[in-house]
Amino acid sequence: MKRDAEFMPSCPIPITEYPHVLMAHGGGGRLMHQLIEKVFLSSFDNPILATRHDSATINPGGSRLAFTTDSYVVQPLFFPGGDIGTLAINGTVNDLAMSGARPLFLSAAFIIEEGFSMESLWRIAQSMRKAASEARVELVTGDTKVVDHGKGDGVFVNTAGIGRIEHSLVIAPSSVRPGDSILLSGDIGRHGIAVMAAREGLAFETTIESDCAPLADLVIQLLEAGIEIHCLRDLTRGGLASALVEIVEDTRYCIHLNESVIPIHEDVQGACEILGLDPLYVANEGRFVCILPKADAQRALHLMRSHSIGAEAVVAGDVTDGSPGRVTMTSRIGVERIVDMLSGEQLPRIC
Amino acid sequence: MCLAVPGKILSISGDDPLTRTGRVSFGGIIKEVNLACVPEASVDDYVIVHVGFAISTLDEKEAEQVFEYLREIGELEQLEDKTPGCTEQA
Amino acid sequence: MKYIDEYRDAEGARSYAAALAKITTRPWTIMEICGGQTHTIVRYGLDELLPPTITLVHGPGCPVCVTPVELIEKAIQIAARGEVIFCSFGDMLRVPGLNRDLLSVKATGGDVRIVYSPLDALQIARDNPGKQVVFFAVGFETTAPANAMAVFQAKRQGITNFSLLVSHVLVPPAMEAILSSPRNLVRGFLAAGHVCTVMGYTEYEPIARNYHVPIVVTGFEPLDILQGITMCVRQLEEGRSEVENQYTRSVRREGNRPAQDLIREVFEITPRRWRGIGEIAASGLKLTAPYAEFDAEARFGLANQHIDESPECRSGLILQGILKPFECAAFGARCTPEHPLGATMVSSEGACAAYYRYRRDQRATTAAIGEGEDR
Repeated sequence: MKRDAEFMPSCPIPITEYPHVLMAHGGGGRLMHQLIEKVFLSSFDNPILATRHDSATINPGGSRLAFTTDSYVVQPLFFPGGDIGTLAINGTVNDLAMSGARPLFLSAAFIIEEGFSMESLWRIAQSMRKAASEARVELVTGDTKVVDHGKGDGVFVNTAGIGRIEHSLVIAPSSVRPGDSILLSGDIGRHGIAVMAAREGLAFETTIESDCAPLADLVIQLLEAGIEIHCLRDLTRGGLASALVEIVEDTRYCIHLNESVIPIHEDVQGACEILGLDPLYVANEGRFVCILPKADAQRALHLMRSHSIGAEAVVAGDVTDGSPGRVTMTSRIGVERIVDMLSGEQLPRIC
Repeated sequence: MCLAVPGKILSISGDDPLTRTGRVSFGGIIKEVNLACVPEASVDDYVIVHVGFAISTLDEKEAEQVFEYLREIGELEQLEDKTPGCTEQA
Repeated sequence: MKYIDEYRDAEGARSYAAALAKITTRPWTIMEICGGQTHTIVRYGLDELLPPTITLVHGPGCPVCVTPVELIEKAIQIAARGEVIFCSFGDMLRVPGLNRDLLSVKATGGDVRIVYSPLDALQIARDNPGKQVVFFAVGFETTAPANAMAVFQAKRQGITNFSLLVSHVLVPPAMEAILSSPRNLVRGFLAAGHVCTVMGYTEYEPIARNYHVPIVVTGFEPLDILQGITMCVRQLEEGRSEVENQYTRSVRREGNRPAQDLIREVFEITPRRWRGIGEIAASGLKLTAPYAEFDAEARFGLANQHIDESPECRSGLILQGILKPFECAAFGARCTPEHPLGATMVSSEGACAAYYRYRRDQRATTAAIGEGEDR
């Protein structure tokens, strides 16, 4: 066939290297994982770190403890349903909860920008006090630093936490088995949309509040009821999709989701529709997935639904022997498709 | 292009037709939308919104059309005596 | 959500699929020219519901994918300037220019902001009188009224620190360019429902007549697209070539007159280069003389440069529907969303990105069927 000269395929020089860190490197997606692998995991290689779980299980002197840390840089600092302080306590409490640990003690370190309002700092501290009290943890040590005006973003908070593991299960991706059920504790996307609603350029009127909440109490109830939990993961940045991809990537198994049962509130859906966001990738702060043997699923579901933060829990899918390391989803239309991690932050679109 | 979403007009403000705006609800989320291109739209109407602009008023009668068409072709298939798979080579 | 969820109904989809299976007696290749429709088709797996004799191809319906790399490069240069606040839709931020994208300009200190609407950018100009606010006006006809309104209001309100970097493209000339190519395999089109909401569909009537192709104006939800395909196949099976309207809840034949008046006031037709295709006559929009002061290219006085592009990327053939993403040797291997070789892999509406995200495992079985096409 004669080549038509006026139609020339074209494409740009590829960008394969990132000499500078981008926002996307913190977005919870592929780029962040690449950064962590290449820069940090390779530098600090040890068996505990290699489990790559949200919190580390350590055994000093025979006691089984969970140990974790997280930093909070959210903007805006105050959003419907919470603030950076609420996140700082609950985020770390939840990381401990995901090992099935009973959270006990937290540290908190503050990096405060010169000029930041003392009243705002007080508000944040009170939020943390309230959240710590609800989560039944004590803040036992901390640190305070002030940086030049323009070198911070108001305030950054880091919290580290220690919890006691009172069960003898191995709660990790390595325990996942084909045939397991996947429980999702509630509706998705609320936190990400609540935060976005307060941002310039994307603002809208809404009553949506962040779903930020402590999960430890419910997890401990499940464990005390004798539910044989295989794996837990709280949904944070990157949403439900990223959490599941992270779990299954290093296993031989496949996670299969059923789109039509995943709960999403209508106003969250509305926001996702107008911004062109896929709710599967929108951040949450008070939701988790629980992977467990199918035989335990109904009992666990009943327990979750009786708890205030699990009222809308569903069986969202199951673990199969299919394409190893993949997450697939049966769409509402009934067709199966791959669910992957995004390479960076999900951006609003017009197309 | 083109992400445009149907939303319900809750209230309208502005006298100048070019800067006439409405508070439009998308499942409970409310955004201020420019209504300059839909002068006929009123409160409780649904409009199709793209990047903060209403580009049409949704015709609620026509909204059923997708399902009516399906019913029509369904009935057509039942009436026809046609054997599927009979083709002629082009 | 009303007027959305009912068009995502599984039973309706199955019924349309069954109807299509019954009425399709010959192989047909149908093209949609709309990133939003591409997105829906791949996200819901609609092409898997079609009989195997129907081949769906994705045309150049992504304004992000067809914006010439020289213009992206200009955007990057403008955004990097200290006095500029560069505003854009999210879609454009990861499309590579010569060796970086707008997101990396942000990473090195440029003030790059995502906005929902061009009027948000105008507000940013009002709030920052000491800065130059530039809005990247990319889009098809759907976005033109909003972009026109931003410039119209800027002029009326004397907001001089605002300008537009224009990359508007029009659908009908692209459709004609595809149809007049000797390599064309496309027998029917789904026209973009929101473009037609603004412009109406009278421009497609001569195209349908002259090239003997059915054109069905189609919406964006799964049932809309399935109905649009059904209407198109019926025409093909019956030997008709008319313009029909599937998206009647939003589209009228004459379109939206106030929107068209606004566009005509601010923009005029101009030739445009489409990335991957080349120059198409009368296929773009530029600012009219009374609004020329708001043109960012003129305001920042950037020289035109020609950028040599590597031949490995097949975006051009994919945009014309001649190749499917998985038929490209680099797809999924040297070309992924993390390391894109072309715009169709970067843009969330690009055919390659859509296939990679949702259908990576699909192989070339569907492509083989296209070879038995009648012409």
